[in-house]
Amino acid sequence: MIRLTFEPFDPGALLTEFCRDRTEVGAVATFTGVARAEAGATKILELEAYPGFTEAQIGKTAGMATARFGLADILIVHRVGQIAPGEPVVFVATAARHRREAFEGCDFLMDYLKSKAPFWKKEHGPDGARWIEPRAQDHADLQRWDKETSP
Amino acid sequence: MARVLLFGRLSDVAGWREREIDSGFLSALRARMAADDPTLGEALAGPGVQVALDQVIVRGDAALNPRTEVAFLPPMSGG
Repeated sequence: MIRLTFEPFDPGALLTEFCRDRTEVGAVATFTGVARAEAGATKILELEAYPGFTEAQIGKTAGMATARFGLADILIVHRVGQIAPGEPVVFVATAARHRREAFEGCDFLMDYLKSKAPFWKKEHGPDGARWIEPRAQDHADLQRWDKETSP
Repeated sequence: MARVLLFGRLSDVAGWREREIDSGFLSALRARMAADDPTLGEALAGPGVQVALDQVIVRGDAALNPRTEVAFLPPMSGG
């Protein structure tokens, strides 16, 4: 399941709910991304999504991850709109029979969300606002999943 | 009337996010938008800018229905 929200969310509550009544899995892995202040400067992060399209594209990648890693379930919750430093931005949880698949599925999904997911990121600082491009590291992180499937 | 949406920095360049523009083809729509606003026209033709028609990415030209949603998407930065 994929959800975009303008409201703050509680990663702990999401995890509790995700784990409830699960008997078929032995492993749940999670990641929480937090808005980070740069060098102590208070900057507001703003994320724009294309409603409908963004969820559908993330859903396609979630389907790929489910097939590739044999996941039992996925939860992705992502903030949109304005986000203050320290607030959770994204929560990913993956469930699988065993931990290797759960960890890798979560890692793979985060690499996608940080580099290719349909969001546009703006940073509001004391000198005004600027649009952010993905880091070279984010693209390199996503590419390593291609290498791992090579024979 | 096609419903045209601009995302990310494209809406900053244009000064608007959403407009109805009459056009039968994507190429004609681009030409019309560039004629109205050359800076926007240049931005739309920039590297990595994609177009989605009714939320499906398309390449090249395409016919537009009276109610097609046309979204111009700058390179995605992830979240």
